[in-house]
Amino acid sequence: MTEFTMKTKDFRKALHDQQLIGARCLDCGCLSVPQREICPNCLSINVEVSVLSGAGKLAAFTVIYVPSQMMAEAGYNGKNPYCVGIVELDEGPSVSAQILDLDLSQPESIKIGSKLSMTTVIRNEGDNEAVFLAFKPA
Amino acid sequence: MKGKKWNRGVAVAGVGISKFGAHPDETSRDLFVDAYLELMESVKANAQKRIEAFYLGNFSSDQFEKQSHLAPILASWVGLSPIPAVRVEGACASGSLALRQGALAIASGLYDVVLVGGVEKMTDLAISEVTEALATAADTQFEIPAGFTFPGFYASMATAYLSEYQADPAAFHQVTIKNHNNGALNDKAQFGQTIQSLMEIKKVRAEQKGKPIPAWKDEMEFLSDPRGNPFIAWPMGLFDCSPVSDGAAVVLLVAEALAGEFSETPIHLIGSGQASQGALAERETLSSIPSAVEAGRQAYDMAGVEPDDVDLAEVHDCFTIAEIIATEDLGFFDRGTGWQAVLDGKTARDGQCPINTSGGLKSKGHPVGASGVGQVVEIWKQLNGLAGERQISGNPRVGLTHNVGGTGQTCVVNIFEKRN
Repeated sequence: MTEFTMKTKDFRKALHDQQLIGARCLDCGCLSVPQREICPNCLSINVEVSVLSGAGKLAAFTVIYVPSQMMAEAGYNGKNPYCVGIVELDEGPSVSAQILDLDLSQPESIKIGSKLSMTTVIRNEGDNEAVFLAFKPA
Repeated sequence: MKGKKWNRGVAVAGVGISKFGAHPDETSRDLFVDAYLELMESVKANAQKRIEAFYLGNFSSDQFEKQSHLAPILASWVGLSPIPAVRVEGACASGSLALRQGALAIASGLYDVVLVGGVEKMTDLAISEVTEALATAADTQFEIPAGFTFPGFYASMATAYLSEYQADPAAFHQVTIKNHNNGALNDKAQFGQTIQSLMEIKKVRAEQKGKPIPAWKDEMEFLSDPRGNPFIAWPMGLFDCSPVSDGAAVVLLVAEALAGEFSETPIHLIGSGQASQGALAERETLSSIPSAVEAGRQAYDMAGVEPDDVDLAEVHDCFTIAEIIATEDLGFFDRGTGWQAVLDGKTARDGQCPINTSGGLKSKGHPVGASGVGQVVEIWKQLNGLAGERQISGNPRVGLTHNVGGTGQTCVVNIFEKRN
């Protein structure tokens, strides 16, 4: 298994391995996602990388009809919208991610609190191709 | 942080504002000059010779006009060189940050007279480029890669709010209707039209094109129809979003003891607070902006006033949900009741708690770096009884501004008082 560090880019490297990582503080137990060098709760630097389960629930969401440039290049537009949201992980912290495999024709049918599980999505092409965090219904 | 005070009092001696809107033939310096000349008319002669420093709120002239380092250029353009000229950046809160920096400089005793400005010239870029420029105010490592846009962030806060409080989304439409009603009475507003008149224009256009005329019976029905009000980021529609704007605003800050030398109608900056926070996902709540609560607490503490003492407020309604959340974060209404308050008319000009009498960012326009300073212009006019047709009644004495950068990574709250 790859060893990940607290450097920002390692969050994306972990996604390549289908893993969602955070930082566990060895002094106070606080978990931070994405991982970081300093515990925001007790300011300790005695922290280690922690691999998370990837299970969580939907805390907030939107269905976007006017996409960002990256998402427009990925093929999304007013007729082909996408869902992004805030996912509260079972371990406590929350993350921002695209939410896949939902029926977007009726956004009001999407329920906050729905159980989700982590996946990844590949966007961009050629040298810019990269793996991004996403979630899907559990 | 409790009970922090200025070392000495700070007053606003005068204000100036350009028309907000799309100004294809003007650069940011032209808009700034418009606002500056209006300011000079509102203060006593020779004020400009006494200006000792300049603080400029500007989010991103580098991206919008390929011009960084804007503050000394503007200072020079109005003949203020060689005074210190500082650009302050805090996304959409840049203007209020500049005001706070200017106030701190006066309170410290270093300067007696400071010019504070805000400017943004956004419409030279295509909408997609503006969206990309604004996105740099979010966390570009962990938020933007998810696919978020700014409407998307606030729409997500809207879904969290609606779910938590079982609120009626019609409240979003009521914010739009109210703020356009106010903006229609403001000759500096980008949209000088009520939603009623915009709806009628759409009907006429449909008729002219030989299309079926929509049968909207009122503004609420119009705003509830995706044909009239298409979704940008559900549940936020086009009319929930503040526009892309060009504009500038300036105020003259002076040491309180000198206020009478510059103006017969100064207002006093009696409380100021500022707070920061991280990405949206890192917060304990998504139906409130914690930095706004903290900035408000600091400002109320310094001013020695309570939310009930505030006669009117200009709050950061970049999206309609943001205004509702702001009215709760500032303590005007209890948690989960701000949506009902707007539906009940409590935040209208004749309500118990008038919010965004200028039209707010929604109707007046949102040239991001100028917006926070523009809010002060409205408070100055209202507290001095100079707001014309949109003047609120009852001789207001205390006004508040609430200016948010990003989704709340920065928030500044300032409280002003009219004395005598």
